[in-house]
Amino acid sequence: MNIIVCIKQVPDTTDVKIHPETNTLIRDGVKSIVNPFDANALEAALQLKEAVGGKVTAITMGPSQAIDILREAVAMGIDDAVLLSDRAFAGADTLATAYTLAMGIRKIGDYDLIIGGKQAIDGDTAQVGPGIAEQLGIPQVTYAKHMKMDDGMLLVERMLEDGYEVIKTALPVLVTVVKQINEPRYPSLRGLLAAKKKEITVWNAADIGADEKRTGLAGSPTRVVSIFTPQRNTKAVMLEGEPEKAVETLAEVITKLNI
Amino acid sequence: MGVYILDDKCVGCSACLKSCPFGAIEVKDKRAGLLNNCSGCGACADSCKFGAIVVEDNRQAEIDLRQYKDVWVIAEHNEGRLRSVTLELLGEGRKLADKLHQDLCALLLGEEIGDMANELICHGAKKVYIAQEPRLAHYQTGPYTDIISNLITTYKPNIVLIGATNQGRDLASRIAARVHTGLTADCTELDINEDGLLAQTRPAFGGNIMATILCPYHRPQMATVRPKVFKPAPRDTSCVGEILPVDSCLNGKCLLCDLLEVIKEAGQGVNLEEAEIVVAGGRGLGKPENLNLIKELAEALGGAVGASRAIVDAGWAPAIHQVGQTGKTVQPKIYIACGISGAVQHLAGMQSADTIIAINKDPDAPIFKVAHYGIVGDLLEILPALTRRLKQTAV
Repeated sequence: MNIIVCIKQVPDTTDVKIHPETNTLIRDGVKSIVNPFDANALEAALQLKEAVGGKVTAITMGPSQAIDILREAVAMGIDDAVLLSDRAFAGADTLATAYTLAMGIRKIGDYDLIIGGKQAIDGDTAQVGPGIAEQLGIPQVTYAKHMKMDDGMLLVERMLEDGYEVIKTALPVLVTVVKQINEPRYPSLRGLLAAKKKEITVWNAADIGADEKRTGLAGSPTRVVSIFTPQRNTKAVMLEGEPEKAVETLAEVITKLNI
Repeated sequence: MGVYILDDKCVGCSACLKSCPFGAIEVKDKRAGLLNNCSGCGACADSCKFGAIVVEDNRQAEIDLRQYKDVWVIAEHNEGRLRSVTLELLGEGRKLADKLHQDLCALLLGEEIGDMANELICHGAKKVYIAQEPRLAHYQTGPYTDIISNLITTYKPNIVLIGATNQGRDLASRIAARVHTGLTADCTELDINEDGLLAQTRPAFGGNIMATILCPYHRPQMATVRPKVFKPAPRDTSCVGEILPVDSCLNGKCLLCDLLEVIKEAGQGVNLEEAEIVVAGGRGLGKPENLNLIKELAEALGGAVGASRAIVDAGWAPAIHQVGQTGKTVQPKIYIACGISGAVQHLAGMQSADTIIAINKDPDAPIFKVAHYGIVGDLLEILPALTRRLKQTAV
C-alpha cells in the first residue's frame, strides 16, 4: 500500500509570546516544527504500513528551509520525501496550495491513501485536505480518530461534535486525522542518522507541470487586506475578601449573566 | 502582482512592520526592506503614510461578477432540528442581503425535512432550495458537494455562508475547490465594504491577530462561521417565502464512501461548541478526582465541561473536552476557567466568550489578563461553595 502524507512547517506556538504592551506576537527566535496534527498523520501512515506493508512518502510545499520537517519525517521512519519549492508558490491561499500539492502528488503517481492533519495550527482552516481530494477526484474522510484496513477497504471513525461516524471507503481516499488517533513516535537513533544522509527530492513548478496562473498568489482567489490586533479586556474585576464573600458576589454575577 | 518599497520615499519609520502578517518587513539603516518570506499579499499597502509601498495588482475577474446575486445559507440539521448555527447565519445573512439589496436564501438537504424548510422561512429565508431523498438523510461529502455545486453553478449566488462545524468545514472546502472560488474559514465578523465586496474577518495565529480577507475576482464569496458568533435571526411566523424542490440528481459515482453507522457518545449530551456556559478545569485542580468539582458546577449551571490541554494530555479528561488551539473553540455566554493558567494556546480557544471568569491561586496567571471577573483562591474551597450557592438560587 502506497501512502502519501501531506505535512506543513509551522511556527511552534508554544514558544510564541505576546508583547505585553502592543499585544502583538513576538516572533523572534520562534522555532519551526512539523504541524502537530501532521505528526499524527505520519504516525498513522507508519502504523498502516507496519500492518499491511507498503511505502510512505511525505510531501510538503514551502521555502527551502521546509526541508527540515521532511528530515524529521524521515527520522520517524518514512521511506521518501518530496519538497515542492518555487518562488511561484509564494503567497498561496488554500485553493492554490491544494492545487500545487495535488500536482506534486500526481507526479509521485501511484498512491492508495493520502493522509494529512485535520488542520495546520497557524492558519487553522482545515481546507487544504479536502481541496487536494477534490483536485484529484477522490473521496475524503475528515477528522478521523481511528482507521484500519478491512478486506481491501479502509474503515474510518470520523469525529463529530457529539459522537462519531463509521465510514467504509474504497481506495484511493484522502483522510485527515485528529490528534486522538495516536501518539506520534519519537525518531529512533537509526532514523536520525538516515535522515541526515537522505536525498530529498525537490521539485519546482515546471517539474510538477503546474500552471503558474493557479499557484501562489496569482492562483489565490482570497486576498488579505488588513491585519489588526483584537481589543483585549485587560482589566478584570477582582473579587476580593473572604472566600465566602467572593463566592457570594460571583454567584450573583453568574445568576445575573445567565438570565 | 508584487510589492515594492520605494527607497527614496521610505523614511524608516517602521509603521509598516505591524501590518505584515508574515513578519516579512525589516527596517535596517532607516530603510524598510522585504525579506524572503514576503508573499506579496499587499496587506502593508495602506500602512505607509509616505507612499513608499507600492502594491501592483494586475489581476482581473475572468467572469462577469454582476451575474452573481443573493446571499445563501447552507442549513445544517441534526435529529430533525436545525442547528443553532444555521439560524445565526440567517441572522447575519439578513444584514448582508439588506446592505446589498439582494435576497436571503437557504439550502436544505436531507430526508423528511419539510418542517425545517418552513422554519428557515420563519427565520428570514426568501427562498429555500430543498433536495429530499433517503440517501441524503445523513451528511456525506460526495452527494452534498455534487448537489450544492450544481445549484451554485445554476443560480449563481454572490455569497455562500456555512457553519464552521465538522460537517460545514468538510463540505465548504470541497465545494470551494469544485467551483474554484475563495473560502475564508471561521469568520468572526462579516460586512459589505465600499466596493460591495464581502469583508471577512477571522482570527489568525491562535486569535492573537485578526485578518480581513476579500475574494475580489471569484464568485461566490464563501465563508464559514463558528457557532455562537452571531445572533440568531428572530422567528417570525408572518414571514413568507418559497420552497423550491431541486433535483437531487445523485449518481453512483458520488457515493464513494459508505456511511455504516453514526454513534452518539453517551454522557456528552451537551455540545461544547454550542454550550451557553462552559466550566473548564486545568492543572490547578491538583488531581484527576477533582474534575468532579468542575462537573458538578457545570451541571448546576446546565453547562458543558471544558478542559485544558495539560489535563487532557495527563489523561484526566477525554480529548473531546479540550478547549484551545489543538482542541475546540468555544464562544459561550459565560466561560469559567478553574485552575487554568491561560497559555496562549488555551486563550485561542475561548477568548471570544462574552464573559470570562477566572479562578486561580496564582494572582499573576495570564488568564486574569483576559478575564472579566477573577478570584484568587483555592479551587477546592471555592468550587463546592459556588456550586452549593448556585443550587440554592435555582431552587
